[in-house]
Amino acid sequence: MIEIIVGLLLIFIVMASIIALETKDLLSAVVSFGAVGAFCSIIYLLIGAPDIAITQLVVEVLSLVILIRATIRKDLTTIDEDRDFFGLVATLAILFVFFLFGIEALRWLPEFGTPAFVLNSSAPTNRYLLNGLKETGAANIVSAVLLDYRGYDTLGEATVLFTSILGALAILRIYARKRRK
Amino acid sequence: MEEKGLSVIVKTVTRWLKGFIFLYGIYIVIYGHLTPGGGFPGGVIIAGTFILITLAFGKEYALGKMGKLLASELDSIGALLFLLIASMGIYFTGTFFTNFIEKFHPTGNFRLFSAGIIPLCNLSIAMKVGASLFMVFIIFAVVRVVFEDGKGKLISTEKEKK
Repeated sequence: MIEIIVGLLLIFIVMASIIALETKDLLSAVVSFGAVGAFCSIIYLLIGAPDIAITQLVVEVLSLVILIRATIRKDLTTIDEDRDFFGLVATLAILFVFFLFGIEALRWLPEFGTPAFVLNSSAPTNRYLLNGLKETGAANIVSAVLLDYRGYDTLGEATVLFTSILGALAILRIYARKRRK
Repeated sequence: MEEKGLSVIVKTVTRWLKGFIFLYGIYIVIYGHLTPGGGFPGGVIIAGTFILITLAFGKEYALGKMGKLLASELDSIGALLFLLIASMGIYFTGTFFTNFIEKFHPTGNFRLFSAGIIPLCNLSIAMKVGASLFMVFIIFAVVRVVFEDGKGKLISTEKEKK
């Protein structure tokens, strides 16, 4: 089941990348680039790496897109005509569906003040807290989890940071070179 | 150089404080396995030093202290070092990301030299995060500085055309 969903998301990623490459409008390119990051973060969430999913969402979708939009003031798209009725209805409907899902999700949360790992005795947190010092030798349990138990997550986060900076450097350097001519 | 950047008060305070902030970042990194902190927050504090210098003294001074080429090199070296430490686990024990030093030479807890590969990983991550955050700031704040290819040397600063 997860393989099928991940495959579908990968197809979406390829489509969004092609749109980002081929479109002439800078805003559409940036938005479809953000869609690539959002689909990536859903994939990370599905295959069980929520830390990287959050990093991916924050770094790629929010920071990169917003910072690129904020710093490059070229090709700003403005809409002059009034907001049409269908768009308003669609926005309200989507907000209402989000609200319903939020209410449903709130009911699943444990009672306020209860640590989540108490409810589930097989949660890995119990093992980290009991054996962390003995197994890793690190007194700071956060460092032990980040760099020993969940090393893959940290590697993925470092890769996300590295790749986003690589992309920003590549995009903005071409921009600077074109300016010089 | 003197007329660039912010006022004399900011420059003087920055000149006094930058060393302490840098030292604090290094402390956060080195004691990352003992006290709250680690590679990511320590790297951010180290990058904050350079961002403070950039804000107070202007971008030419900061780029003279830490060029774009040095920042890229530190970024790549940190990432590669982290991968190398992780891969050495395969060589010694057969599993990626094994804490091989702690496994073969266990030391006492609550000491500076303890916890095996975790302090080394913290160091490499701090190098990576510090250099790349400084580069992000330089890229986004100083977009209109044109760099010479490959050298990373500053050749001209274009004024923003509006």
